[in-house]
Amino acid sequence: MKKPALLESFSDRSRVFDFVNRPAAGAKPDVRHGTVLYVEDITVSFDGFKALDALTLYVNAGELRCIIGPNGAGKTTMMDVITGKTRPDAGRAWFGQNIDLLTLDEPRVAQAGIGRKFQKPTVFENHTVHENLELAMAGARSVWPVLFARLSGEQSAHIDETLELIGLAERRHTLAGALSHGQKQWLEIGMLLMQEPELLLVDEPVAGMTPQEVERTAELLVRLAGKRSVVVVEHDMEFVRSIARTVTVLHEGRVLAEGSMDKIQNDPKVVEVYLGE
Amino acid sequence: MTRTHANHGPVLTRMLGDTGSLIFVVVLIALTVAIPLCNLVAEPGSALHVSNFTVALIGKYLTYALLAVALDLIWGYCGILSLGHTAFFGLGGYAMGMYLMRQIGDRGVYGNPVLPDFMVFLNWDTLPWYWHGMDIFAVAMAMVVFVPGLLALVFGWLAFRSRVTGVYFAIITQAMTYALMLAFFRNEMGFGGNNGLTDFKDILGYSLSSDGTRVALFVASGVGLLIGFLIARFIVTSRAGRVLEAIRDAESRTRFTGYRVELYKVWIFTISAMLAGVAGALYVPQVGIINPSEFSPIASIEAVVWVAVGGRGTLYGAALGAGVVNFAKTWLTGAFPEIWPYALGALFVAVTLFLPKGIVGLVSQLRRQIRRKEPS
Repeated sequence: MKKPALLESFSDRSRVFDFVNRPAAGAKPDVRHGTVLYVEDITVSFDGFKALDALTLYVNAGELRCIIGPNGAGKTTMMDVITGKTRPDAGRAWFGQNIDLLTLDEPRVAQAGIGRKFQKPTVFENHTVHENLELAMAGARSVWPVLFARLSGEQSAHIDETLELIGLAERRHTLAGALSHGQKQWLEIGMLLMQEPELLLVDEPVAGMTPQEVERTAELLVRLAGKRSVVVVEHDMEFVRSIARTVTVLHEGRVLAEGSMDKIQNDPKVVEVYLGE
Repeated sequence: MTRTHANHGPVLTRMLGDTGSLIFVVVLIALTVAIPLCNLVAEPGSALHVSNFTVALIGKYLTYALLAVALDLIWGYCGILSLGHTAFFGLGGYAMGMYLMRQIGDRGVYGNPVLPDFMVFLNWDTLPWYWHGMDIFAVAMAMVVFVPGLLALVFGWLAFRSRVTGVYFAIITQAMTYALMLAFFRNEMGFGGNNGLTDFKDILGYSLSSDGTRVALFVASGVGLLIGFLIARFIVTSRAGRVLEAIRDAESRTRFTGYRVELYKVWIFTISAMLAGVAGALYVPQVGIINPSEFSPIASIEAVVWVAVGGRGTLYGAALGAGVVNFAKTWLTGAFPEIWPYALGALFVAVTLFLPKGIVGLVSQLRRQIRRKEPS
């Protein structure tokens, strides 16, 4: 007779139980080995379609990594897995060596230090630019402290700094819903910065931006890398070329190629599925 | 489209910083002081005199207004549409009703010093456990907030943890209030079955039929509404209030920003239910009866209509809506009793189509138009 799955999982002799070495709540990722994100053998299928097929990917601490790939390659699904929105069918995802991302939900992943920018800019449209940044600011997240929260001078200064950085200082009292598309993208990046994340996941940051805005965004992302790790998913090849040192190409839920932009562009497999269009 | 930053000043300026809220508080205080004076001091027959009937009627509207404020707190600010909010109102009302029943003592028809009449009638010989202690005012008042709060906490936790939102949540709240109605209709529940609780004699030793007690209950309703409104204003103007609005507008963004959306929802839902319970407790001694019809699904829908008519997401608009719609209801059910349900339906459709921001929205739109004409 076959043992039930639960019993089997307990009798597995090589299993390390969760309560051993469990990280303390609010722990920061341990990146002493130089890797901030470990994604290993992640498989996600929707109704039999494999959006991610044993995807394995590592991101180094302080790196600026670009991920490219045709539509349906699994870029957004990968972000969903990392940020706790989608649970994979198999695989492991660790933030540093000590935080198992697959046990956390979206708010906990965010609190652990992973910020995410969506493809379509999502800001709080009925709040002012200033209020958007205030809500995103690292710090209290539970009800009572937030109910009685007051902005300290230091926090105000921090918000002002970010406002300058994203070029929205003049519009601090404007409702976010009244901003232009490009400004919303910037505000969202500003909100990510206020969260003070170790790792930023940025989905198509320059979609719908003017060339000047694209240039400023590139500048900002390059400046961020080093202090933080940044993963950018982007379609715009010009933009990727202008910022990326390492590029990962996804195709059908797997890594097709990885390396410098020049190496990628000359890879016959990549040319065939993506660049050769 | 800019907004000045009144949000970080001293608490009171923060809470009463906008004109609408300030006017509401001033009018409410004036009403709470003036109506009792006009009733007690002004001679009957003089133009200033307000009849006992009117005092009771406006007192009832004030409790409805508190229910509307509670509903607006979750619907207008957090996007949680509850179509079962009179369940909490009813539970608060029943808690007050139980206290009032125990106050009757041996003055009931059967003269039993402990058991209320309906229990004697059902041949019960002991008081059910949950009726014990309800003769103590403080215990009963604690139950007024505790029972609705506990139900909201458990119900909200189950629903919000499973991420039940929007129309699905609205439907299960209807089911909740309907289930409560059926339960309270049963005699075995020990709440008087379909007759409910009535024949109240006095509260804290004061006769409910005396003018002074009626006026005191009116003042209590006014003060209750004022405190409820200020609590709600404190919440919505705090950073937590901005989190609630963020949840309403972009729930998943709020999650990815690190806020535990389900905890915020459970919290505000529970506070709202407690306010609704207080409203119910103030309502019962003024109307003299509480029965299971308070739990009927249509009653909850009516409360949502008040909020929509007044203007969602302003708090004072909700209170105004409760007053206006109930005034119309009192008048229409007197003049043309059979058309009230149709009028209510038509009102909801009309407001949804033509006044998406309710009366308050209409007023601010008119003001903006006048201001635009003036400079030219």
